[in-house]
Amino acid sequence: MEVLIEFFSFQDPNVVSVVVGAILLTASSAVVGTFTFLKKKALVGDAVAHAVLPGICLAFLLSGNKNPFFLIVGAFITGWISLVLVDTITARSKLKEDTAIALILSVFFGLGILMLTYIQHTGNAAQTGLQSFLFGKAAALVGQDLWVFGIVAVILIVTVVLFFKELTLIAFDEHFAHAIGLPVRGLNLLLTSLTVMAVVTGIQAVGVVLMAAMLITPAAAARFWTDDVRLMTFLAALMGAFSGLSGAFVSYTAPTMPTGPWIVMIISMIAIFSFFFAPARGIISNTVRQRNQQAQIMQENLLKELYRLGEKEENHFQERSVQELIEKRHFPKRPLKAALRQLKRRGYLTHHHGLWQLTQNGKAKGRRVVKLHRLWELYLSKYMKIEPDHVHEDAETIEHVITPELEAQLEALLDYPEVDPHDSKIPY
Amino acid sequence: MDAFYIILTASLFSISCGLLGSFLILRKMAMVGDAISHAVLPGIVIAFLMTGTRDSFDMIVGAAMLGVFTTFLIEFFHKRARLQTDAAIGVTFTWLFALGIILISLYAGQVDLDQECVLYGEIAYVPLDLWITQTGLIMGPKAIYVALFILLVNIGFLMIGYRNLYMTTFDPAFAASIGISVSLWNYLLMGAVSMTTVAAFDSVGAILVVALFVVPPATAYLLSHQLKTMMWLTVGFSIFISIVGYYLAVAIDGSIAGAIVTIAGILFAVVFLFAPGQGIFRSKTKQTQDATIEPNLFERENLT
Repeated sequence: MEVLIEFFSFQDPNVVSVVVGAILLTASSAVVGTFTFLKKKALVGDAVAHAVLPGICLAFLLSGNKNPFFLIVGAFITGWISLVLVDTITARSKLKEDTAIALILSVFFGLGILMLTYIQHTGNAAQTGLQSFLFGKAAALVGQDLWVFGIVAVILIVTVVLFFKELTLIAFDEHFAHAIGLPVRGLNLLLTSLTVMAVVTGIQAVGVVLMAAMLITPAAAARFWTDDVRLMTFLAALMGAFSGLSGAFVSYTAPTMPTGPWIVMIISMIAIFSFFFAPARGIISNTVRQRNQQAQIMQENLLKELYRLGEKEENHFQERSVQELIEKRHFPKRPLKAALRQLKRRGYLTHHHGLWQLTQNGKAKGRRVVKLHRLWELYLSKYMKIEPDHVHEDAETIEHVITPELEAQLEALLDYPEVDPHDSKIPY
Repeated sequence: MDAFYIILTASLFSISCGLLGSFLILRKMAMVGDAISHAVLPGIVIAFLMTGTRDSFDMIVGAAMLGVFTTFLIEFFHKRARLQTDAAIGVTFTWLFALGIILISLYAGQVDLDQECVLYGEIAYVPLDLWITQTGLIMGPKAIYVALFILLVNIGFLMIGYRNLYMTTFDPAFAASIGISVSLWNYLLMGAVSMTTVAAFDSVGAILVVALFVVPPATAYLLSHQLKTMMWLTVGFSIFISIVGYYLAVAIDGSIAGAIVTIAGILFAVVFLFAPGQGIFRSKTKQTQDATIEPNLFERENLT
């Protein structure tokens, strides 16, 4: 707790710079990642992230020091080459994109590892710390490094803001963007460059191995909370920044810990929480909605069958036992009982001594479902020219979906018909 | 003798990986293989903490289960949360890999694994870890026996399952219609991939194992029109890159696994540029022809 207060009081000037740096890096990659995510090119970021390693090593070998500017240039070049190669392999051979990505990713990384081990074995004293590019070290982000990486991050964010509308367009509908005269190739090039830059800066905080997560995970998490691209980008940045802040804290309190994995762990937790609990799109609300729909369909089917039984026996208010319903209409027992209870609560059924009976409301509702079913069968056979023995299945589904407006249109179109294609009377 | 041991181990592992990788590529699941190879890490660490050794059978089984769990998790996020596949893969494997690295850092004193070993393994130490029987007979490096065992298991699996894997790969709908469970064979293949990853982990590390899964079969794919040809070529390439890679690493004093992958990459580049019927330098009309016959490439193979 003391450490927490010490950290967040920002008394140590180093803490301020580390925090600012980590937030900028993670937020900027999250912002760029939103667009690669929307273009369904999320894993391309993974290839770039791995491909950056040989570039860093090469820059170090050529310059002999760890000047961040050289490292960025080296990383940028190999990152770019990797993307071009993925595209070339996909376009010019029978290999699919996923194979091309896995291939480029692993070969570039292997090359990087070979160079890294070579550099280590040469005994060059300046090389210590190149390792931290593998898993990231936010705490190392001070002085000159902070300025270089911070400025790049700011440039990234500003560029995305400036080209927001165009980037959104090419993410969703390239053909439309082309049709209204946008330079689609140029914009794709811009997005590619932004991705490479985001990776190059982000690895400082997260490392090459897990960099893909900083592009993908915040965007994936943000997608679950909104359908608005602006809000989504903002949320992704916010979530990324939060994980960056936490990573800086870990890096400060436990210097032996690699920062990258903690940042990724935190953003992953946010994402998995979103997958499950986000309203509207989350797994739980999806499941609840599906279950409600199933219950609703079950209840409507039950009322329909009760109405049809009544029709056959010419007594709609016949009292029936659960056993009788199962025997006559093959309902599964447990959902049937649940549906009966629900319908009673909503006033469509009454219950006396273990026997169930339709109310006036229940009869009306059952009649409506039967009517929709038969109207739809008639519509299919009359207007779609479908054989009468093929229309039942479709009507079984659509009867739960038709709105009152559509119902009125169907009635008018078919001119209030008497019977359906199977000569059953259509009740009004 | 050390050189022979190292090359033999590397060859055995790359053959295992390459044979399974052929199916991964054809099923468009190369990135799922990548994801699994990262995601088994926490399984390895947990099994290590529980059993205290790193060459136990439990560990291979435990990590294989985690690999299957990864496949399940990707499907789950994709189907239930309706997350697009690429993002589902990306989120799942980075999360599990991060968990593994955190566990390693937390138990640094108790786990004989470090972050670098995870990334590129240490095949150079293979000859040092000998299998000595109770009577004191020296049987040679342990890793060779592990690699041989894994290869035999994989060959057995592929021989028994060849027909079903073939069907579910090229025509899943037809396979399902004649009663072959597509998802069962998918999970079996992923189980084999995870098991091989774990076994090869010590020697080549988590990320370079992906290269062995993808690069030799991809190279072979460019040169072949039949699955069996592709698999035989993969075996040849695997042995070739192991030998040349080893001597490259010795020559420049670098990571052996890194060198093997580098050679694999160069081999792929050569084939990609110059191969008959594929090479970039061939005329473009030829390529469009290739594209049109591609769906039938594997159909004529005898299925018995």
